[in-house]
Amino acid sequence: MSELLDIARDLAARARPGEQVEAFVVRSRGTEVRAYDGEIESLTVSDSAGVGVRVVAGGRQGFSYAGTLDPDALDGVLDEARDNAAFGTADPHAGVAEPDGVPIPDLDLYRDALASVPTDDKVALALELEKATRGADGRIIGVESAEYSDGVGEMAVATSGGVEASACETVCYLATHALASEGDETQTGFGFSVGREPADLDPAVAAGDAARRATRLLGARQAPSGRLTVVFDPFVTAQFLGIIGSTLDGESVLKGRSLFADRVGEQVAAPCVRLVDDPTDVRAFTAAAIDAEGLASRRTPLLVDGVLQGFLHDTYTARRAGTRSTASAVRGYSSPPRVGARALRLEPGTRSPDEIVAGIDDGFLVQGVAGLHSGVNPVSGDFSTGAEGLRIRAGELAEPVREVTIASTLQRLLLDVREVGSDLEFLPMSSAGLTLVVDDVTLSGA
Amino acid sequence: MLDRELVEHTLRTALARGADFAEVFVEDKRSSSALLDDARVERVTSGRDRGAGIRVVVGETTGFAHTADLSRRGLEAAASAAAAAARGGTGGVRRVRLGPPAHAGGPAAVPPGEVATTAKVELLTRADEAARAQGSAITQVTARYGDSRRRILVANSDGVFVDDDQTRTLFSVSCVATGDTGMQTGRESVGRTVGFELFDATDVAELAGRAARRALTKLKARPAPSGSMPVVVGPGGGGVLFHEACGHGLEADLVAKSASAFAGRVGERVATPLVTLIDDATMAGEWGHFGVDDEGHAGARNVLIRDGVLTDYMWDLLRARREGRVSSGNGRRQGYEHLPMVRMTNTYIANGTDDPEAIVADTPRGVYVAQLGGGQVNTATGDFVFGMTEAYLIENGEITAPIREGNLIGNGPEVLQRIDALGDDFAMGSPGTCGKDGQGVPVGDGTPTLRVTSLTVGGTAA
Repeated sequence: MSELLDIARDLAARARPGEQVEAFVVRSRGTEVRAYDGEIESLTVSDSAGVGVRVVAGGRQGFSYAGTLDPDALDGVLDEARDNAAFGTADPHAGVAEPDGVPIPDLDLYRDALASVPTDDKVALALELEKATRGADGRIIGVESAEYSDGVGEMAVATSGGVEASACETVCYLATHALASEGDETQTGFGFSVGREPADLDPAVAAGDAARRATRLLGARQAPSGRLTVVFDPFVTAQFLGIIGSTLDGESVLKGRSLFADRVGEQVAAPCVRLVDDPTDVRAFTAAAIDAEGLASRRTPLLVDGVLQGFLHDTYTARRAGTRSTASAVRGYSSPPRVGARALRLEPGTRSPDEIVAGIDDGFLVQGVAGLHSGVNPVSGDFSTGAEGLRIRAGELAEPVREVTIASTLQRLLLDVREVGSDLEFLPMSSAGLTLVVDDVTLSGA
Repeated sequence: MLDRELVEHTLRTALARGADFAEVFVEDKRSSSALLDDARVERVTSGRDRGAGIRVVVGETTGFAHTADLSRRGLEAAASAAAAAARGGTGGVRRVRLGPPAHAGGPAAVPPGEVATTAKVELLTRADEAARAQGSAITQVTARYGDSRRRILVANSDGVFVDDDQTRTLFSVSCVATGDTGMQTGRESVGRTVGFELFDATDVAELAGRAARRALTKLKARPAPSGSMPVVVGPGGGGVLFHEACGHGLEADLVAKSASAFAGRVGERVATPLVTLIDDATMAGEWGHFGVDDEGHAGARNVLIRDGVLTDYMWDLLRARREGRVSSGNGRRQGYEHLPMVRMTNTYIANGTDDPEAIVADTPRGVYVAQLGGGQVNTATGDFVFGMTEAYLIENGEITAPIREGNLIGNGPEVLQRIDALGDDFAMGSPGTCGKDGQGVPVGDGTPTLRVTSLTVGGTAA
């Protein structure tokens, strides 16, 4: 750990007069085991590291990176960033982060156990997952993939202006994709289990979820077109929140690409929608003590009772907007930081998914979506996605549906939220999931 | 990139515990990029990733490890880790004898690494000016330049010893137009497996103008229709449709796991006789082109569907070995930190004979898609989606009002049987990145104008 911070400090200390230097250093180590047909299909041992250096001089910014921590390569990276800075446009707001007095939270995100668990045990988990998926239901004819994956991530940031911080965490997960078949038809379903050390993982839960999701779609047909109430499964809600998050970043707002610019203080969502970005919440698997510019992570309320509170900012967008960074800088080593949501979460409601479904006369439970990257435009707000799931009739889950789309606009979807479920679930992604009920969505089908 | 003795030593280390196969993949990739946004040159970046991935196969198990340390010690450590991961025995030492390396490719005509950064930045400002010149309703412009030079070396226990040198250059423009109805976006991109000579043949101002006009056109767009109807896809654009509708389903790794709706169907009629589908890595300059794949096999032209009949799948080395055949040259990986798998290259539908205007005129009501966005497929069920980023209504055989963005959804095996018209205006589409299993690789695609008799359009209008 201190090794990464030493490298970052050493680079930042080489700043010349009138120059700001930021060094971002990461290292990740991991094991991935894929099981297939009762055997180990592949076992990957990975160890990657890299450094990204940003130089700001005269308001011009340059950046360079290298996928190594080899000392010989680091000199070249700094020189190249310096050269690149000469070609940028001068911008009075450009600059690296400065210490802002917010204390870095002490988050419990690292488990020694992850590294000390023998590889054989990780292999056994993957094999058990594959076996459990195959055995979960007589209609499961195969497993497309079953894997155990873990990672130890470390990062350090130092700037010539005095920011110095580091963080580390462990995460591991099991993920399985089941193939269910009846007659000529095949359906698929996934399941996973996520934790900070192997003891947190439960292959039976992942296998059971995958089998249930696949088998309950057997017999699915295209439904007729119409408008109805949709219920997003937690995993679908999490993906939806990711898109909403991208419309609330300070960069989109400042550059005239956000639907919600100029709407702070207005009711942009139903009153039951309470959205927060909170990377200090240790339940989130994307939690971290610092952001990618080395500032202390903090909790940022975005929607309170449906009213827009503000936007996410990194150092640059905050300066330009005349506000403080929300510590929302995200990046890999090969690119400069940008603004992004880090751990979005909706405040849960009071009713369980079963209670919610029982109260819906005619609806559609969306179990999976496809093409969120191709049919949703966060600038115009157009929202259209492929969907599969189950019809809801008279308060009960009814026939399965596939090959349909659901469509609306992001603006309307937020205002049309009827209810938020109580089933908050933390996922291996930057948004948490829960059941979400939205009225008046167009279903396109036969 | 590495001398022969060191490569042989690494392979011997990888095989020391006994193995059926071992491979060393070395990669040295330099990239540079420049971004103009909000009328400022914001990001000028460059960097290098260099390392080796070592693969050891014992029976059905692959062990894999990688390193950024290309010294003898670093490679030995990675080779031992891969061998341990493959869980071989302690048995025999295999002799490895490599010949002199074969060269599958060389530097670009104008290597981007030798071009002054000012020349790259100048392209951005020219694009910005050209886009804004389309009118004051253009309220934001983002222009991106990027190049990469990727040198690879592949050596394996079968004696393969080959290197390749792949240069790609990319330019894109995204615009926002603002009007009474809100904001709309327009994007255009060009990317080829060539060097800076890309810009001898490409006028970035013209590209930017098209992106801006697309955004302006969409300000007048109506909500897209909802439901099943005929869909005509313009030249070039339809490649994404085939990439999703059947391309992925013809990848041998998915076929072998029964995760493809096309498993067990070689020799069958899977499409209307109009359809001939080809995957071709040899198309010089195209975005998905290479000399050898990431397993050292020469890029090839493979006919997958001929006149509607399924002729073959795409193969990588491991899948092909199991079936006792040769790879089709489709083993690709994002980089040295990743295992290769079966991937597409340049995938296209061969030209048809219909007059494109007649195809539209012969469609009483439907949707005309001029530009497609990305897509996604569930290969096991065949259900796929693709986005329309520029589309119009077809009314009484004429292209009329623009419609807003959305996805279309269909089932691959069914859609292939519903292609009833194919134009004579073949074109390659925009450069794409295929993201199978989380690994991004550059892919190209192409089609002439074509019509699908029925697809579900995912809009909101009745």
